[in-house]
Amino acid sequence: MVRLLLLAVVAVLAIAAPFYFYSVTLMTVMCFVIFACSFNLLLGYTGLLCFGHAMFFGGGAYITGQILKATPISTELAILGGGAAAGLLGLVIGYLTMRRQGIQFAMITLAFSQFIYFIFLQAPFTGGEDGMQAIPRNDLFGFVDITSNSTLYYVVLAITALCVFVYYRVVHSPYGEVLKAVRDNQPRVESLGFDPEKIKLVAFIISASMAGVAGGMKAVVYQFATLTDASWPISGEVILMTLLGGLGTLVGPVFGAAGIILLNDYLAGFGEWALVSQGVILLVVIVFFRRGIVGELSALVRYLRRRNRTEAPAAQPAAATSGH
Amino acid sequence: MATSAAVLSRTETARDADNVLVAKGLTKEFAGFAAVKDVNLAVRRGSIHALIGPNGAGKTTCFNLLTKTLAPTRGSIVFDGEDISRLRTSEVARRGMVRSFQISATFPHLTARENVRVALQSKYGTAYHFWRSLRAVAPLNARADELLEQVGLAGSRDVTAAELSYGKKRALEIATTLALEPRVMLLDEPTAGMGHEDVGPITELIKQAAVGRTVLLVEHNLSVVSTLCDRITVLQHGEVLAEGNYAEVSKNPAVVTAYMGGVDE
Ligand SMILES: Nc1ncnc2c1ncn2[C@@H]1O[C@H](COP(=O)(O)OP(=O)(O)OP(=O)(O)O)[C@@H](O)[C@H]1O
Ligand SMILES: [Mg+2]
Repeated sequence: MVRLLLLAVVAVLAIAAPFYFYSVTLMTVMCFVIFACSFNLLLGYTGLLCFGHAMFFGGGAYITGQILKATPISTELAILGGGAAAGLLGLVIGYLTMRRQGIQFAMITLAFSQFIYFIFLQAPFTGGEDGMQAIPRNDLFGFVDITSNSTLYYVVLAITALCVFVYYRVVHSPYGEVLKAVRDNQPRVESLGFDPEKIKLVAFIISASMAGVAGGMKAVVYQFATLTDASWPISGEVILMTLLGGLGTLVGPVFGAAGIILLNDYLAGFGEWALVSQGVILLVVIVFFRRGIVGELSALVRYLRRRNRTEAPAAQPAAATSGH
Repeated sequence: MATSAAVLSRTETARDADNVLVAKGLTKEFAGFAAVKDVNLAVRRGSIHALIGPNGAGKTTCFNLLTKTLAPTRGSIVFDGEDISRLRTSEVARRGMVRSFQISATFPHLTARENVRVALQSKYGTAYHFWRSLRAVAPLNARADELLEQVGLAGSRDVTAAELSYGKKRALEIATTLALEPRVMLLDEPTAGMGHEDVGPITELIKQAAVGRTVLLVEHNLSVVSTLCDRITVLQHGEVLAEGNYAEVSKNPAVVTAYMGGVDE
């Protein structure tokens, strides 16, 4: 009941938001919310640290952009196409890396992302250093005009809601339960008759597809896709967002993405200071708030509840036990 | 000549039919150092068989070889008449041979019920159903709760494994292993690190769990071994030193020297 109410409040706020804030900023936040959710699915729920997640984000952006430029296919299908392409890339790279664990996995994914970055730099369709420009916003479903940002906002909102639902579903599914078990103790899962590498591969593909959808959406919002989308600073940013929000918490990525994007936006005029502040935030989070914003808050709520529970029964027979 | 060979091989197959697990010439070398050397092991169907020996004798390595966590350098392993030497751990588990680990191996962030339910999903076939809600595995809850009850964890159903006491963690591991209804259960030091108060209940639990199945267990606590086990194999420096029932083994002079002269337990 409380959850439903909370969901309704969030929905109302999200629908009203563009009347109070710049819609492009809000749409950017949503793209990164999906991106951070996809990353959290890997790091928070699978225990895989991918250092090259931008390759899926950038890949999704380029493929979506190319579909929209070269064909009359409607925008939502183009974004789906970006997600599918990224998922396919995830399948290939996941297949090649899934045996590796920990820092080895991180390093190999970084290497692959650099390789993919190089391909994007060289491939003719991406526009190289200049990026892919003037991506059209083809009509939604073939007949709804979405050239205005205020209309597009609601499309992005709907896709984001859908992606967050998918993310929620995966985490709270029979598969999600096994996935968390793999994260907690992989050899044990194997000894119970599962194939943990295959299980992790599925998570990797889902995560890559979601990252591709996020990138595709960003290409539609900005109407261009550049090498930056596939570069390692983006891979780093999504790690920061996930850690800031709270690793392995369901809504952590939402807060993390919003926090970092809004901060970047605010500090845009200060040049290098944006980077410095990111570094400081990362340091503060790692040193003082290991569990991230959402993790710390829910720990606080749990603590308060427990204290209430232990105080309540103690309060009544206080006279009887005052001897303590 | 030909007849006697045939008779010999027939008696040998008859003997192998009584044995659910047979390892021959099992050897594992780590960079030239043989942790397990030419071990022959036959575990009788329905028995509780102990593998004992001083620290570093190669007991855990043996377990790792039998469950295919490690690939043997040499030797063959036959499980229930099937050569499993080339199978993977998960395949061996699905055929009915499931192990526990020397260090407690629960899923710390999952509740006790979820721990057991994960294992139940192995046979239920929902492990890849990422599009369904948890209602899809609700039918497994009854069996999970039953297993928890069996190991005395009914009251801890919704507690995360990380919050359980050490003894309860080990009990949860046994419940999780039992969820696969294994024909052979391999337990690596189930009572290690436990206080006195927990050893009794776990021993009792293993006895119960062994009904209708075979158990191979590594155990340092000799009173546990003497109460539980039908047959004992003693390992030392990776080799079989002696084999027999408790009375035979404990009287064997080589075993006595190994235990007295070796690392004191
Ligand atoms: N992966 C490995 N690489 C190299 N040496 C190993 C490896 N695993 C085990 N060993 C060595 O093999 C020997 C046997 O180890 P093992 O763990 O099987 O002993 P154990 O009988 O289980 O001892 P404990 O009672 O201490 O559990 C030891 O000397 C150990 O150092
Ligand atoms: Mg051992």
